[in-house]
Amino acid sequence: MAMSPIKEVTAQTTPMEFESAVSVRNISKNYGDVEALRDMSLEFPRGQLTSLLGPSGCGKTTLLKIIAGLLEPTSGQVEVNGKTVSGPGKDRAFVFQDFALLPWATVIRNVAFGLEMRGVAASEREAIAEKYIKEVGLAGFEQSYPHELSGGMRQRVGLARALAVDSDVLLMDEPFSAVDEQTRRKFQEDLLNLVQIENKTFIFVTHSIEEAVYVSDQIAILLPRPSRVSEIIRPSSFRDKGVDNIRRDPEYLDIVDNIWASLRGYVE
Amino acid sequence: MLNRALLLKLLSAVVLFGAWEIAGRIPVSFAFPTFLESMTALFEMTMNGMMFEAYSETLRPLAIGIAISAVLGIAIGLWVGLNSFFDWLFSPIFIVMQAAPLAALIPLLVLAYGIGLTSKVIVVCIMAMPVIVLNTSGAVRNTPESIKEMGQSFLASKTSILLRIVIPAASPVIFAGLRLGISAGFIGAILAELKITPTGVGDIITYSRSIADYPSMYAAIFSIILLAVLFLNLLEKIEKVLFKGNQRGYVSD
Repeated sequence: MAMSPIKEVTAQTTPMEFESAVSVRNISKNYGDVEALRDMSLEFPRGQLTSLLGPSGCGKTTLLKIIAGLLEPTSGQVEVNGKTVSGPGKDRAFVFQDFALLPWATVIRNVAFGLEMRGVAASEREAIAEKYIKEVGLAGFEQSYPHELSGGMRQRVGLARALAVDSDVLLMDEPFSAVDEQTRRKFQEDLLNLVQIENKTFIFVTHSIEEAVYVSDQIAILLPRPSRVSEIIRPSSFRDKGVDNIRRDPEYLDIVDNIWASLRGYVE
Repeated sequence: MLNRALLLKLLSAVVLFGAWEIAGRIPVSFAFPTFLESMTALFEMTMNGMMFEAYSETLRPLAIGIAISAVLGIAIGLWVGLNSFFDWLFSPIFIVMQAAPLAALIPLLVLAYGIGLTSKVIVVCIMAMPVIVLNTSGAVRNTPESIKEMGQSFLASKTSILLRIVIPAASPVIFAGLRLGISAGFIGAILAELKITPTGVGDIITYSRSIADYPSMYAAIFSIILLAVLFLNLLEKIEKVLFKGNQRGYVSD
């Protein structure tokens, strides 16, 4: 681990220059006798994208669902904007791996679902939904049903639904793993733009090393059994070079290699 | 495309009725009338008002029984599907009900509830309700976890999750249960009229058979099947209007 941007991290060493939007403090999660997460602490800087990366079974989705308030930790706590999480909240929105769209509802009703549950009036929520449908590039598909869309388009609906509720924190659970490679690349580029435009904090679970390094401001490497944060990597130089140049950047390639070297031993 | 579907339906009806006509003309049995004879009998009975009289009698236990089975069956099914205690409590009852040889149990029902409307309604319910309950509870239990989590994370209340997610997601299977249950209910209504007291359509069937007026007997049987088919088609239409996007299954499939 001689690489300069990589450093060993112990609990709660956040670089001081960042304000945390989400703090995970000493989270443990047990399923019966199985220890899924042990004493995990992690800081998520505001307005940036943090990836949770690790081999399967390392508890990255569990951690994300605890942050979302969908799962209760056995011990420890999560703070979002200084407030302790006790369940799902207005400050967080979730993008699901399998899209989780309602098949009987049109695109616009799916996108407006979160607003509807928040009690936003019909005309207002449709206006907002239309705006975000346009923003994710699905204009003209408002009245389509999910089964009429391709996988990539479905996930755009899922993304629009999460953006429409205008939460501070966007939680994304392997959002691009169910779409094809070309669509995924386009999504990754779009995501980089989104992080720049929207002043939101993104927490992104992925099992793809390249994807994590490509989209992230900060990468947390999780190792399994029991799950813990083994490293935090902050790529420094290629973020501003434009979407086309990132994959050729030497730092990008070095980080990808390095992460693989440290994960290799954990992959069966 | 709609015309093609209609054409196929008509074609299959023509094939079926043609086969019936031929079988009646051979004849396969002296007790088996031709299609045209049966239709003539049906026409006569409709014209002289006998059919309407019979149905005003038959439809009462049928409608009451089906309404109770649908409302109560879906309600109990939701309850059983969402709560493991009620599953433990109620599921066996409905499994037993579905497997019970109903015709043999009718004397017991008559002993308990007499020969009136109550017994007939109960027969319809015993036929119709189990499959509605079991389908509903199974469907509710199998709601995809991720859309329930989606509801939670977008701050849907428990009631909203039930009404806006669980029930619509379960609706294809609930409707399948309703279709099976309602057809069974039709069978139950006729069974009750044959086994308890001969009234309505059951009376026409029993009486025509006793005087060897087979065309009238088959006309009565035909009419009840026709009514069931029409009703099930109506149900399908309702489902299509209510849950339009459901017709192509789940997005995550």
